[in-house]
Amino acid sequence: MAIPLSWYLIVAAALFCIGFYGVLARRNAVAILMGVELMLNAVNINFLAFWRYVRPEEPLGQVFAIFVLAVAAAEAAVGLALIISIYRTRKTINIDNIDLLRG
Amino acid sequence: MSESIFNLTWLIPLPPLLAFFAIILFTNRNKRLSSNVAIGAVSVSWILSWLVAITFFTNPELVKKPFNLMVPWLPTGTTTFSMGVAVDAVTAGMLFMVGFVLTMIFIYSSGYMTFPGHLDPALNTDGLDPRYSRFFAYISLFATGMLGLVVANNLLMLFIFWEIMGLCSYLLIGFWYEKKYPDPKQITPKEAGLKAFLTTRVGDVLLMVGMIFLYIFAGDLNFQVIFSGDTLQHIAAMTVNLPLFGETSWAVLISMLIFFGAIGKSAQFPLHVWLPDAMEGPTPVSALIHAATMVSAGVYLIVRMSPIFMAASHGHNGAMTFVAFIGAFTALFAATIAVAQNDIKRVLAYSTISQLGYMFAALGIGAWVAAIFHLLIHAFFKGLLFLGSGSVIHGVEHGHHHAHEQGHDEGYFDAQDMLNMGGLLKRMPRTGWTFILGGAALSGFPLITAGFWSKDEILSDAWANGHSLVFWTLAAAALLTAFYTFRQIFLTFFGKPRTEAAAHAPESVPSMTVPLMLLAVFAVVGGWIGIPEHFPGLGTILNNPLGRLMGGQAQVYGLHYEVLDFHLFPVVASMTVALGGIFLAWLVYGRRPLKTGEPDPLQVWLGPVHTVLRNKYYVDEFYHATVVRFARWFADMCYAFDSRWFIDPIVNGVGRIGRWFAGALRRFIDEPVIDGAVNGLGLVTQAAGSVVRLLQTGQAQNYLLVLLLTVLVLLAMVQFV
Repeated sequence: MAIPLSWYLIVAAALFCIGFYGVLARRNAVAILMGVELMLNAVNINFLAFWRYVRPEEPLGQVFAIFVLAVAAAEAAVGLALIISIYRTRKTINIDNIDLLRG
Repeated sequence: MSESIFNLTWLIPLPPLLAFFAIILFTNRNKRLSSNVAIGAVSVSWILSWLVAITFFTNPELVKKPFNLMVPWLPTGTTTFSMGVAVDAVTAGMLFMVGFVLTMIFIYSSGYMTFPGHLDPALNTDGLDPRYSRFFAYISLFATGMLGLVVANNLLMLFIFWEIMGLCSYLLIGFWYEKKYPDPKQITPKEAGLKAFLTTRVGDVLLMVGMIFLYIFAGDLNFQVIFSGDTLQHIAAMTVNLPLFGETSWAVLISMLIFFGAIGKSAQFPLHVWLPDAMEGPTPVSALIHAATMVSAGVYLIVRMSPIFMAASHGHNGAMTFVAFIGAFTALFAATIAVAQNDIKRVLAYSTISQLGYMFAALGIGAWVAAIFHLLIHAFFKGLLFLGSGSVIHGVEHGHHHAHEQGHDEGYFDAQDMLNMGGLLKRMPRTGWTFILGGAALSGFPLITAGFWSKDEILSDAWANGHSLVFWTLAAAALLTAFYTFRQIFLTFFGKPRTEAAAHAPESVPSMTVPLMLLAVFAVVGGWIGIPEHFPGLGTILNNPLGRLMGGQAQVYGLHYEVLDFHLFPVVASMTVALGGIFLAWLVYGRRPLKTGEPDPLQVWLGPVHTVLRNKYYVDEFYHATVVRFARWFADMCYAFDSRWFIDPIVNGVGRIGRWFAGALRRFIDEPVIDGAVNGLGLVTQAAGSVVRLLQTGQAQNYLLVLLLTVLVLLAMVQFV
């Protein structure tokens, strides 16, 4: 009757991989940021699944998930601000052109 | 109470020293301020000296226990060498004379040091010598030297101040070092300064050797210690075997060495050659250093060291006889040269040598008090004469400028040649009359002038103690002295002017003539303090205060002093030679004054003798042919040894070996090994960097990909290994 834990984990892993693929493969910086958001949400699914199935008496997983949401919001704000400022100076947000640290 | 004044003694040499530093460090640019600083400082010294001197004179019982103040200065093994000041009758007398003469000559200098004639008139900005401030700095330092010498209580300190004076003498003789003469054989100020310095050095080195010997025997150089009975007996008893002289006591050797120091400083034969050439310096310097003070320091040294000379003179062949011989010989020798000189200052220079010879002769025959008396009096009248001659030269130079402007161009003009003067008494009455007073004192004009009394005392002593050879030599010198002095006066001041320059000479400024008048007072009344007790009339009234004071001091030092009975013969003799000399001068130069272009009558009458005298017995030429030539040859030898034969080749050889070795090191060790290691390390690092930099793409996605691969590999390892 109940959905086993592994299903949640598989969904989370799939979501993480999709997000990571986006981070690695996209050229648009905004899209990369969106990929990062997907990865964070995959982690959240894991937290909640483990909380419900392993230690339901302590609300640790919920607390962490809320923290991750808050951090993700801050990260999105900072990330977008950086992207805007890069765009202002370089007139592009194509990640291939942003390689100032090249050796 | 009065004795506490003596605690000020050590301050006496200090103000001129401070003035010296103040002038060279701060006031150098302001000429008038510099001269005022110097005059102010020396006036303070003058007041202090007179305070000390007069306090001593008013307490004659002090001769038994002279004032002595010392501070430990240098620890020398188990003992400590002390420096300090002492005041006895001799010091008090010297302080009285030196302080006054110094101040007078400083004031005179402030008027004398106008723009010199040998410089380009375009440089003349303020009418004063371009190195006016420096002149006052030098004479201030000199004043320190002379005052310090007088108050020193030990031989080393005396020697230090002695050398300070030697340095100042050198600097001041060469003060106009750029001056050149059309005649290349005439000595220039620069050469004269060197000559003075090197000649006195001969004496100074011997003096230093004597001082070292004395220190070895006495263990100290404080006058109280070296004149103690123990020390004197010790050095008189110990003997040393000298080559040529045989067995000699140390006292004789030491006193001879010290005497040679005095010969150098006081320009006695055979080291007299520097003093006449020292006249190349400015005239106030000639007056100050080369007539009144420094040259008499030699006499002062022998006066101080008299106990040692006494200890060295047991029997008749001691050190004193030698002193008397040198003194009397120099007195006559220099007087004969002075007769044939035409340069107004050179006549005075030879006269100074001759008068210093008088003092040494007096010391040699044991007339200690008479020597001091003559030393003090001579400083006053010889300073006066030199300042007077400076005033005359100044006047004639101004007259020459005046004549030059009027169109009477005479080409090169020697303002010091007496044949270019004449009739100056009318043009320069104050200078003229004071000069005549000074000249009368130098000639020993009977009864009135100070010079008569001091000279008479020496002659009386010589006569009374049976030194007839010294007596006749000195009497002959006195005759010549009176003759050349009045020859000078007649040639300079009487008759008609022989050049346009002399006809237009103006009187000098008051800052020059006032010191002349003050010194003239002392040149006359100074002698009254030393009239012998037994001289009829005058002696009993004035009671010979100087003789009593110095005589008392002599007895404290164990020296011979007796109140002489009155002998008519020496008095008559000294009057006769003085008046005779003046009369002869009048016969030759006064009765029928020389006309322009006329030769000196003496030159006509004496012929070759005059030529020899005029050339100073060719002593300079003799020294040039022997000592100077030897010194040059020796220096050449040393030079050759140094730079051609031995030292330089060795040094160069060592240098060459060093260079070769260094080159080898560079080629075989430094360049391949050390540089190779360093460069190799750099190259490897560079190569590694250029490979590794390929990884640094700067693209965050690349890095993430690497991260992903790494994680996958690690996972695989966990799973399958």
